[in-house]
Amino acid sequence: MKKENKHIVSTPGMQEAPLVPRESRWQEFWRLLRKNRLALAGLIIFVCFFLIAVGGLVLTSGTKPVFDPAMVRLQEKLRPPFSEPRLEDLSPEEIPTLGIYLLGTDDLGRDVFSRMLQGAWVAVTIGFVAVGIAVLIGICMGGIAGYFGRNPVRVDHILFAVVVSVGAGLLLSGVFWAGGVLLATGCASVLVQRWWKKTRGTQSVPPLIRLLSQETFSIDTLIMRLVDIMLCFPVFFLILTVVALLPASMYNIMIIIGLTSWMGTTRFVRAELLSLREQDFVTAAKALGVKDWRIIFRHMVPNAMAPVLVSATIGIANAILIEAGLSFLGFGVPPPHATWGNIISAGKEFIFDAPWLTFIPGCAILIVVLAFNLFGEGLRDILNPKLRERY
Amino acid sequence: MLSFIGRSIIQKIITLVFVMVISFLIIHLAPGEPSQVDPLNPKFTPEMVERFRKAFHLDEPLHIQFVYFYRDLFTGKTVSWKDNEPVLKKIWGRFLNSLPLFIVGTILMWTLAFPVGIHSAIFRGGTYDRSATFLSYFLISIPGFFFAYILILLVVNTFHVPVIGMRTFGLGETSWLRIIMDRTWHLLLPSLLGATGGIAVLSRYVRSQMLEVESQDYVRTARAKGLPQEQVHYKHALRNALLPFVTMFGLILPALIGGSVIIESIFSWPGMGRMAFEAILARDYPIILTVNFISAVLVLAGTFISDLLYMVVDPRIRL
Repeated sequence: MKKENKHIVSTPGMQEAPLVPRESRWQEFWRLLRKNRLALAGLIIFVCFFLIAVGGLVLTSGTKPVFDPAMVRLQEKLRPPFSEPRLEDLSPEEIPTLGIYLLGTDDLGRDVFSRMLQGAWVAVTIGFVAVGIAVLIGICMGGIAGYFGRNPVRVDHILFAVVVSVGAGLLLSGVFWAGGVLLATGCASVLVQRWWKKTRGTQSVPPLIRLLSQETFSIDTLIMRLVDIMLCFPVFFLILTVVALLPASMYNIMIIIGLTSWMGTTRFVRAELLSLREQDFVTAAKALGVKDWRIIFRHMVPNAMAPVLVSATIGIANAILIEAGLSFLGFGVPPPHATWGNIISAGKEFIFDAPWLTFIPGCAILIVVLAFNLFGEGLRDILNPKLRERY
Repeated sequence: MLSFIGRSIIQKIITLVFVMVISFLIIHLAPGEPSQVDPLNPKFTPEMVERFRKAFHLDEPLHIQFVYFYRDLFTGKTVSWKDNEPVLKKIWGRFLNSLPLFIVGTILMWTLAFPVGIHSAIFRGGTYDRSATFLSYFLISIPGFFFAYILILLVVNTFHVPVIGMRTFGLGETSWLRIIMDRTWHLLLPSLLGATGGIAVLSRYVRSQMLEVESQDYVRTARAKGLPQEQVHYKHALRNALLPFVTMFGLILPALIGGSVIIESIFSWPGMGRMAFEAILARDYPIILTVNFISAVLVLAGTFISDLLYMVVDPRIRL
């Protein structure tokens, strides 16, 4: 790094002419990535895994899939990897597509290769959707806390929130009349407040109304205390509880993992926005009359993306691990659908007779999660100039 | 100092109240009821279910159930719905089983992570550092249950010792040495597995702290004075790098009650995690809520202790 800087500075004419940087952001990113071998390997594995997962989705879904992950052949159970099918026992449609059992078969004679292909897509979707939800909530919460943080919450805001949430709760629990009335009161109070502001302006108000606009605590306090509350729950235990109570489905798992892992992102985004808020380009945008939300999402959040990207990459790895753990305990994606965790959990009874049922999906999870972790850590080094000099 | 303590205690109590409300709502608003766990059981006649609902206040509205539950919890009268045993007694018994796992795991974690982290920071960029880095990512990424099976296969096949459960059944009256060895073998694997993630993360953290301090000016000064390398590393750098880890004594407190569900169910270890898992399966709400409550208290107490410790050891942030 230092050498190159010197080189750039000593180029003649540097001071006057080229204001455009030598290399674009992507070129610089690529150069640094190529230097970091582990991160590059992580990225390559990640891309391969993604392609395999998409291919797996195409090849294993539909009514007549190329690789059928649910085809049961009881006469061919627990065959080791690379074994030839006994053709005389099988009807034509039961013969595996590749002609051999590439990764063996499980205790029902299902082809492990097809099941692994199907599971790859599950791992991708769970990882990306769960982290997508977490990042979305995290950016919104962090953005509000970082940008509007100093704005106080007034008593009437609290009253409004309480009335509306109690109303919604009553509606959901079946008390339609009281719930509807409360919700309507809540909505009406907003309209009344608008009208009041328009007609009265800043005239003197009676003390009771003044009590309503009493300032209590800041929005920042509210959101950060919410983060503290969420951090009090033991995460895996909470996920397990909710997954066990709700009907088993893949989407529930994604949503729950997402809803319980947004706290880190919120903290990162808030911290970044707190420092960005004081910078000149934000002041300039405000002076130009740009709307608050546009300043947050168009001007500030892109500048705060680096730590979010890093934590999202590592978050995907964690989500895949959590799903595997849930499947292992029997609370994962419901049975006919194959996931890597399901294959291990079904194969654990045959660990001495059929070790491939444990080792193939186990190694697959390990490699994919390792790739995400390595790439995420590499990304941290690349995106943060302060860390680069360390090596 | 006193005002800080007072303020943060009040704040933590408010947080705790919200945790109580939210966990209660999550459990009770989820679809299904504990009385429906086993609908095919012929003993569960409608009258039975009705009596059951009455005995545990399930026929009352939610807010009254909430008050009843936490009143019972604070007076220590909560009973498990499954076997009518006092919850606190049950948790205490399981806690004593989990305690050795926690102690051995913590000792392993701290004694392994520190030397590795310090060593790889001192020789940064070298072969040792790079292989330690890769190994720690490997340990973070490996699914716990998969690693557990690999270790079980390895240990059972090479040393021919049983490792599942807390002790070998039917050992009977043998010499105390054998009993101790047996207990050690049973204890070692699950606590090592529980500590793997911690070892990896902690050693990375130690390394980055050490690097941070080693790039400070006073370390360069110490080097420039011609002090021997050992003295620079261990006396000047390490002491300051250790500062944030003092606070981690507070943060490991929640792990006391966490107990790994997966590891404990693989090793059939009758600890906290297993009990919580069984309670979830049986929809035994009092146990789930009590475990949740205690762990929230421990998290809050842990952060409080770590804040206090930080103020004691670091004069820069004393208020």
